[in-house]
Amino acid sequence: MPVTRGFFRKRAEGPEGRLPPGQYDTGAGWPVLTAEATPRVDTATWTMSVDGLVERPVAWTWDEIHALPGSAYTGDIHCVTTWSKFDVTFKGVSVDALLEAAGPREDARFVMAHSTTGYTTNLPLGDLTDGRAWVVWEYGGQPLPREHGGPVRLLVPHLYFWKSAKWVNRLELMAEDRPGFWERNGYHDRGDPWREQRYQGDE
Amino acid sequence: MTGSSTGPTTGSSGGIADVTPRPTTWTTGRIIEKELPQPHLVRLRLHVEDRQRHWPGQHYLVRLRAPDDYTAQRSYSVASDSDDPLLELLVEKLPDGEVSEFLADVAEVGDVLEVRGPIGRWFTWDTTTPALCLVGGTGVVPAVSMLRTARRLGRTELLRVVAVGRNRDSLPYADELARAAALLTFTREAAGDRSAGPPTAAELAPLLAGTELAYVCGSSRFAGYAEELLISIGVDPASIRVEQFGATG
Repeated sequence: MPVTRGFFRKRAEGPEGRLPPGQYDTGAGWPVLTAEATPRVDTATWTMSVDGLVERPVAWTWDEIHALPGSAYTGDIHCVTTWSKFDVTFKGVSVDALLEAAGPREDARFVMAHSTTGYTTNLPLGDLTDGRAWVVWEYGGQPLPREHGGPVRLLVPHLYFWKSAKWVNRLELMAEDRPGFWERNGYHDRGDPWREQRYQGDE
Repeated sequence: MTGSSTGPTTGSSGGIADVTPRPTTWTTGRIIEKELPQPHLVRLRLHVEDRQRHWPGQHYLVRLRAPDDYTAQRSYSVASDSDDPLLELLVEKLPDGEVSEFLADVAEVGDVLEVRGPIGRWFTWDTTTPALCLVGGTGVVPAVSMLRTARRLGRTELLRVVAVGRNRDSLPYADELARAAALLTFTREAAGDRSAGPPTAAELAPLLAGTELAYVCGSSRFAGYAEELLISIGVDPASIRVEQFGATG
């Protein structure tokens, strides 16, 4: 593609190796982007389920999931709308701990994450294991704000952030891939920011 | 647009299933018309190579490329109808917005931009579902596209639009919206019998009859207000589709 007449880089280059292609550092900001009315999730009735192709379907209440060994993520997040945010800290529980309790069956290859709003997003099971995914309820030492998915959201920071489903309440393990909400609506099935897998049609 | 996360299932009320998924690729768009209707707004009309048809409510990506191959891209809602020979975008110039400042201050008629679209199949109007649009500021843009399409199809009775601005001068497309019988509400300016202030439950409730979907578009703050207002007058949260503008420049 040709150079755009009169356009020059104004932003400083990001830290070496941390800004994926086509992204910019949003600094202190954290844009809020949702497709539906922001729900009020009641932690007294919310549960987190892991089911589908598992040996033991499990559901944790708010108190029960907090009793699991805690796990934190400190690092970067990347939104498909081209902002990235560096050095954020979330706390919650590792998805590994949830999967270990449920016991994925051998034929489980993909996961559909579900939210209380009906939002869904699909991921390869391999993107949720080995310490790369969390269910989180704390951001920067404070309860996760409602507009950012509070009280609880999925966190899969190595993929574009629409994969980190806000108001998550269920992980459904599946043998075959199936598109989630944005994936049906034009977005990429995997969403790796380093490969710029933003939209359907991207490699 | 769309972004960090989330949105409901399509449910029974939407037209999403009717939209044929078609991958998009980068192409080019030449600026045919450029206008600054207000100092902070730029309206561009582009001739897009190999343009696909779009649904009202969809958006396009615009990508700028520097001589060192650095790129910056942003998404902008489409204002035009799919039958329009040109693609119309309305862009708000944001402080330090590297793309919006370029489009407002540097880009000229005849320049060629990288574009890709249409994107997004959720915040779209299927042209047959009766709907209410509650839109604020530059969030009016997708509603303008919906109204233009409704007019072409002779279905203007299906759409009720409530547009919110600080005052008439700052509301994009105010004259066009008024001609389309949209309810214009100004938070800082009286208009006729209406005193300054955001739209109220009493103003919105009569517009709901028969509608099956509500479209909310504007800033995050506006969207929060609009959602609460709609829910307070009995709109099912599952029938609300939201598009929020982050400060992404």
